[in-house]
Amino acid sequence: MPSVMLKKNSEGKLIFYIPKKDLEEVAESVQFDTTEKWGGEVVLADGSRYYFDPITPPDFPITLRAKRVDSGE
Amino acid sequence: MAALTREETEALIQEVLEIYPEQAKKDRAKHLAVNDQSLEKSNKCITSNRKSLPGVMTIRGCAYAGSKGVVWGPIKDMIHISHGPVGCGQYSRAGRRNYYVGTTGVNTFGTMNFTSDFQEKDIVFGGDKKLAKIMNEIEGLFPLHKGISIQSECPIGLIGDDIEAVAKKANKELGKPIVPVRCEGFRGVSQSLGHHIANDAIRDWVLENRDGDDSFPTTPYDVAVIGDYNIGGDAWASRTLLEEMGLRVVAQWSGDGTIAEIEKTPKVKLNLIHCYRSMNYIARHMEEKYKIPWLEYNFFGPTKIAESLRRIAAQFDDTIKAGAERVIARYEAEYQAVIDKYKPRLQGKRVMLYIGGLRPRHVIGAYEDLGMEVVGTGYEFGHNDDYDRTIKEMGNATLLYDDVTGYEFEEFVKKVQPDLIGSGIKEKYIFQKMGVPFRQMHSWDYSGPYHGYDGFAIFARDMDMTINNPCWKQVKAPWKTEASSDAVKVAA
Ligand code: SF4
Repeated sequence: MPSVMLKKNSEGKLIFYIPKKDLEEVAESVQFDTTEKWGGEVVLADGSRYYFDPITPPDFPITLRAKRVDSGE
Repeated sequence: MAALTREETEALIQEVLEIYPEQAKKDRAKHLAVNDQSLEKSNKCITSNRKSLPGVMTIRGCAYAGSKGVVWGPIKDMIHISHGPVGCGQYSRAGRRNYYVGTTGVNTFGTMNFTSDFQEKDIVFGGDKKLAKIMNEIEGLFPLHKGISIQSECPIGLIGDDIEAVAKKANKELGKPIVPVRCEGFRGVSQSLGHHIANDAIRDWVLENRDGDDSFPTTPYDVAVIGDYNIGGDAWASRTLLEEMGLRVVAQWSGDGTIAEIEKTPKVKLNLIHCYRSMNYIARHMEEKYKIPWLEYNFFGPTKIAESLRRIAAQFDDTIKAGAERVIARYEAEYQAVIDKYKPRLQGKRVMLYIGGLRPRHVIGAYEDLGMEVVGTGYEFGHNDDYDRTIKEMGNATLLYDDVTGYEFEEFVKKVQPDLIGSGIKEKYIFQKMGVPFRQMHSWDYSGPYHGYDGFAIFARDMDMTINNPCWKQVKAPWKTEASSDAVKVAA
């Protein structure tokens, strides 16, 4: 369950950062990204997948806990 | 010597690795790479931030060095106690040349060494009482200090002293910020974790001090300079440019900085990060907590300076954008004159770098402005994200080496035969004795500043006087130079 720091970049894309691993990646897709619900499976540009428990859309930047779905390596 | 091709560079790495035993070879192979600009992510080609191998020469420092020496040390109006035996602080004292204004020993303390000077009895019975006592002594002797940080050396963690409790108590008694930092040297694989621990200590013990206090008048143009340690005056040469374009620099982290500036940083509009490696943590924290965006910039060499000024200005309104253009135009004649003078003398010269946290990539542009080429670079304690940012700056098929060992570095130099090496004091004399021009790129070899337009002029002069110094022709004994007496080649 790594802590993930999430923020939006200047193009409005979600940036995914795991401090422990120096992993800095753009999120390609987010399963739920509506005005009511945010979260679910997030796929990063390098192919790895993480899962966030769906919540009401947070105020970015924010640190959330995620589950690793698969390694993508 | 012509540039190496990709195959030649790969062969060189293999050749250098050959001497290691099987296990070490496997490990070191992951840290050496040929640059490939087409890669987006460095983890495809190079591994970093791993423990150094026992038995090889590494140039890394410890977590205490990262916290006391780099992040906290330059905060000039605080007293930083090197808590533990005397050596850690004394042997590193004032070596980084973080310039500051103030009267040392009265209201600033940058070049002094404060230590609790642990003896055997402190190890056996604990040092907390002594720590409390020396803080009272500090208050009596140096009443104008604005706070104390306790920089733990190895023994503190080993004997389990409770420096946090002592700090809290002293904070109540003295009414000044007292910051315990758990930066014992054994933590992590290099000084890099010390930077992180120091950032976290600022976050936990200092940054919130003025939350809810709006008495500090702000402007829409407030910025903080983060990760500039004012080596030889670097931060000053940077600050003037930002101020000239119309910004107000509220805080300098931490070269020539004060604790008050650090406390005011959460009030700024934008954090400007020079050394990403040592201070990105706090910038990310402020982004999340105070919604302050941050931006990396690079003030080495006119090309990168102009790029950075424009990128910074793009975050603000038209007056600042116009300000950036005005600054670039104002210095144009000056830096062009520098280029015109030195480029003909330095054109085509090849450089190998091996430095710390930001310079292995940041100075590349400055060399290129002078017509020089960086053919190899590496970080002592960089992480993946540093190499991500390096790949695009370096030419294709150039060498990348992470936590390079003494042996590897020497072999690379013998083969690549650069015209200049930029690295640290531990490498300096080896390469000078090998007859290779060398600049000490951590503390600018007692020179500087190198940041900003003013710094570029000094940078160019220094590179020229090193490379084109007639002394290199005298290094080899006359009876050994018959054939190639024209050039100073390394004995291969
Ligand atoms: S490793 Fe420990 S003993 Fe050595 S300098 Fe660092 S803090 Fe001091």
